[in-house]
Formats: sequence, C-alpha cells, structure tokens
Amino acid sequence: MAPVLAFAAAGAVTILAVGLIVVALVYYLVSVIAQLRKIITGLDETIASVGEIVQKSAPVNDVVTTINQQLDAGVDLLEGLLVKKAGMRDAVGLVDGMYAGAAAAGLRNFPESATIKAPRIGEVYTRGTLTLARLGREAPIAAGNPAGPALRDVERGSLAARELYPEIRQTRPKSLARSPVIGTDAPVQYEQREDIGAPRKRLPGRAMIDQG
Amino acid sequence: MILWWIGDLILLAVVLPVVVYLLRGVLDAATSIVPSVQEIAKAAAAGSKDLDAAALLLTTQDQVTKTVAGVANYGGSLDVILDDAR
Repeated sequence: MAPVLAFAAAGAVTILAVGLIVVALVYYLVSVIAQLRKIITGLDETIASVGEIVQKSAPVNDVVTTINQQLDAGVDLLEGLLVKKAGMRDAVGLVDGMYAGAAAAGLRNFPESATIKAPRIGEVYTRGTLTLARLGREAPIAAGNPAGPALRDVERGSLAARELYPEIRQTRPKSLARSPVIGTDAPVQYEQREDIGAPRKRLPGRAMIDQG
Repeated sequence: MILWWIGDLILLAVVLPVVVYLLRGVLDAATSIVPSVQEIAKAAAAGSKDLDAAALLLTTQDQVTKTVAGVANYGGSLDVILDDAR
C-alpha cells in the first residue's frame, strides 16, 4: 500500500508542477499578447501618420529645387548687375559695407572677388547713397513728363542728361569763351572809380574830432 | 521512485522559476516597447500635422518666381539707367 501512495504522491506533485508551469506560461503569454496588440495598434497609427508624411512631403523636393533655381538666377542677376555697374572693387566694398565681413567670402559667381581688398565704402556712404548719387547725377528723375518718351539715351546715358542743361559743352564747341582776367594787371578794371588810389579828402579822425 | 521525486523537485525548484524568469523578461520587454511606440505614433502624427504647411510651398514657389521676374525687370531697367563701371 505504501508504494502505491508514494507513486500517487509523486504523480500528484508532478501534475502540480506541470500545472504551475502551464499557469505561468498562460499568464505571461497572454500578457505578452496583450502588450503586442498595443504595439500593433501603435504601429498602425504610426504607419498611417508616416504615410501622410510621405504623401505631403512628396512634392517638397521638386518645389524647393525650383525655388532654389529661381533664387540662384536672382542672385546671378543681381551679382552680375552690381559688378557690371559698380565695378568689382566697389561691388565688393558695397557688399562688405552692408554685411560686414561678407567680402571675405566674395561674390558667388566671381571667385576672384574673394581676393579683392574691400574699400571702406560703408563708412563714407550710407546704404544706397551711391546708387542714389548715380541716379541723381546721371538719371534726370522727374525732369520730364513720366508719360512721355524716355529721356535717357541707352547708349550714352550721361550725354542725355547733359542735354537738359544750357548749351555749353554738350555740342563740343571748338573753343569756349575764355575766363575773365582779374587783378590789378587785368586789362579791364571793373571798379573804375576815380577816388581809388587818390589821397583822401578828409581823414576819418577829423570827422570824429568835429563831432566831439 | 527516488528519481521521480528528484524530477519533481527539479521541476518545481528549477524549471518553474526559469520559465517564470524568462517569460517575465519577455513581458517586461514587450511592456517597455508600448510607450515608445505610442510616443513614435504621437511624433509621426505631429510631423504629419506640421507638414500641412508644405502645400503652401507651391504658393511660395509662385511668389518667388514672380519676385525674381520683378527683380529681373528692375535689374534690366537699372542696366539701362545706370552707366557701366569704367
């Protein structure tokens, strides 16, 4: 009888141990499944959002590339115009005057500009003064009717502006009237008074004595 | 008979703790992933919302094109008005 009980007890312990292992497996595996379901839900949301990101950012590359091309063209245009009109040295000086230290980098399309020592234009002229000075000197703003024809001669702009002033030099005469000679040896004395150089008729001191 | 008891002892004292330890490690790892995935989902949603303004890039592109065209016209006029540098 005793061996039978011993076998039964050993079997019961075995069943208990296996049952505990199964319970542990079930508990933890069900818990893991629940966590994995949460992960799947989160990943679904993530995938949906990433899909939206991909969809929304798809045209960005082309648009930004186009914008950069347009801006590059603008920079090329402005740099070329600045160098053409102001000259390389003044252009570098103007850029450095507006953005201190920018001359060291030079102009993008003119690599040689990096080697030019920038003149200190910004300390003498404020921003735009040079341009305004050029406009004032060479472009007769409001000198004519804005609705009328252009006053400027495209080929010889400064001559067109010069023609707005009285006829002196713009037709390039062979000789101009000579400047008048002034001084004591001048052939024409402008103040021809007889009393100049003659002895005074009455000294100023006498008048004071007479008044006193 | 003794071997059976030894087997039961090993089952209870070794196998069960090892199984529990391993399963607990898997559960902890799975549990720790959940907050990270949720944060990633929130970040992706916020990124997607931020990109709503990407459509405005088309307007920016159009504006840049018009601006550069205006600058080009202005530059052309300046090229006519101003003399070249000597």
